[in-house]
Amino acid sequence: MAIKTTQFLNMGPQHPSTHGVFRMMLELDGERVVKCQPHLGYLHRGLEKLAEMRTYPQIISLTDRLHYANAFQNELTYCLAVESLLGIEVPKRAQYIRVMLAEMSRMQNHMIFFGALGMDLGALTPFFYSFKDRETILDFFEEIAGARLTFNYLRIGGLKEDLPEGILERIYAFTDQVPKIVDEYEELLSGNEIFLARMKGIGILSKELAINLGITGPILRSTGVAYDIRKVEPYSSYEDFTFSIPVGTCGDNFDRYKIRMKELRESNSIVRQAIERMPEGEICAKVPKIIKIDGEGYFRTETSVGEQGVYIIGKGEKSPYRIKFRSPAFVNLQMLQYVLPGGLVADVIATFSTVDICMGEVDR
Amino acid sequence: MLSLGSQFLVALGMLIGILIILLASMWLERKALAHFQFRLGPMRTGYHGLLQPIADAMKMVVKEMSVPEGVDVILYKTAPFIVFIPAFMVMAVIPFTATIKAADLNMGIFYVMAVLSISTIGYMMAGWSSHNKYSLLGCMRSIGQFVSYELPMGLSVLAVVMMAGTLNLNSIAQAQSCSWNIFRWYIFKQPLAFIIFFIALNAEICRVPFDLPEAESELVAGFHVEYSGMRFALLLMAEYVGLFTLTSICTTLFLGGWYGPPVLPGLVWFFLKTFSLIFILFWTRATLPRVRADQLMSLGWKVLMPAALINVVITGLLIMLKVY
Repeated sequence: MAIKTTQFLNMGPQHPSTHGVFRMMLELDGERVVKCQPHLGYLHRGLEKLAEMRTYPQIISLTDRLHYANAFQNELTYCLAVESLLGIEVPKRAQYIRVMLAEMSRMQNHMIFFGALGMDLGALTPFFYSFKDRETILDFFEEIAGARLTFNYLRIGGLKEDLPEGILERIYAFTDQVPKIVDEYEELLSGNEIFLARMKGIGILSKELAINLGITGPILRSTGVAYDIRKVEPYSSYEDFTFSIPVGTCGDNFDRYKIRMKELRESNSIVRQAIERMPEGEICAKVPKIIKIDGEGYFRTETSVGEQGVYIIGKGEKSPYRIKFRSPAFVNLQMLQYVLPGGLVADVIATFSTVDICMGEVDR
Repeated sequence: MLSLGSQFLVALGMLIGILIILLASMWLERKALAHFQFRLGPMRTGYHGLLQPIADAMKMVVKEMSVPEGVDVILYKTAPFIVFIPAFMVMAVIPFTATIKAADLNMGIFYVMAVLSISTIGYMMAGWSSHNKYSLLGCMRSIGQFVSYELPMGLSVLAVVMMAGTLNLNSIAQAQSCSWNIFRWYIFKQPLAFIIFFIALNAEICRVPFDLPEAESELVAGFHVEYSGMRFALLLMAEYVGLFTLTSICTTLFLGGWYGPPVLPGLVWFFLKTFSLIFILFWTRATLPRVRADQLMSLGWKVLMPAALINVVITGLLIMLKVY
């Protein structure tokens, strides 16, 4: 009789570091992972179905609920999709404000990433460092949109209202601080021996596998592919801004971490450029009172996680016939079953943390 | 020689004293950690949250001690005591000053090392009997960790014992007696042994970066995942008692025990040194991430162990050449 030497470990859905209700079925040989099978769907709310019963402007508030740290970017994707189907030209000022907000939410998403990564590796302090700074950005959001996470601020054709007075100067003053803040983060973790030992050479994802799985965003770029939709298919005036795409070399955990730290700095420079060149003028285009769409179309943007897409099929009604959100984290999670086997339980947590997901977006 | 009655009184006083130290170090840790992280920590219970540990202890006492289904009941129930009692037993030989000590054993430091090993069995029992895969992983980790760090710890102690020529903790401290010349402390003569001892001590009490047996983000809570109420409190207290006893042993071995410049009484010196070491441990906890199990092993066996052995050889040579 063969003796079974492996055991199954159900990691999640209730586990402190599965970032929500993600579940991994691990087959362990001692502490070494033999097989990993991810399970999803514990946070499925049927957002796509709900959208079919709402009018086009009402759906904006649903897109907020996809990813709590990316709400502005998700709103932007949806609004751009509807605008492109209706052929609406958004005023330049609104476009710039949208870019500024999208980049600010990218910054705070990467701050959460930094904090959560530290927490998952057993360091408590990074979490408090990054959440203190994220708080500043959330305060700006609250002042602009009236909410901290679910904004409902973008409108089809532009914005709900103009920015409050004097906020641009204060955001600009904050962006002066950001390089120092990121330096402080990097001092805390990037050079730490234990951190490097936990991150370097762990969870290596090859370029070919990443492309074959359809992985996008910072994870794809960490494997050395300079692919960013902001550059490939510029939207919302991204072509006006100068920024570089940070690219990794070997696609390990440390590259994925490093890319996000570099993106934090790049996003900061985009925010500064947007404020420096902020045009005056209208904030909302002329939009029909009742929006009806006949036809179908797909629009994609680069959120902090990867390629966020919205596919809309309209049949001339006030509500879409079918709407599909392509969430980047859902696709990115595929890499786990290829990358984790061979590692240890501790690596599972580290690698999973660098995928940077939000279950709300994965399960929709 | 003290009479039996007065010995009992000293022991009782020490028991109460250690409980106060325990609560104080819990409070200190929460406050220190909070201030490292732009927080205030407990503020509501008493002045700056001074009564917080007492409130926590009260909560622990009234909580239900649940026994999950499928556990090995006898092992599950005895394990917290086997972890907790040895941690307290170490207290018996710690000389706070020349006179304040519970027992003056001739083989003091040997006794400490022996008693500390017992608690490993407790961790193993707790992890094994809990009938939980996380605690099983945690208990496997803890055994590996304790076994591989007790050896370098013992070897670093050996260097000190060779210099002092005694196993008696009291005599080891007296060998470092000083007034202003603090360079008589063994930390200046045995810096390598001190570093090895301090790292091994950190691993022995399972604190960050060596908190693998209970690694919160990986194993939820490791070997004590199934414990609740007073049994959990015992495991937690054992950790804090271990924190104090091991740092005070470190003080005795390397920092001259109660000896210091004659501006403060001996007892104050002793606690000052011990709590400085404890503070360094809090600081490490606030700064470092956790190491991985295999990295922990390779640090123990490939770095600390050879270093400790070389240190013993060098110490022997220096003693032979009459340098020390």
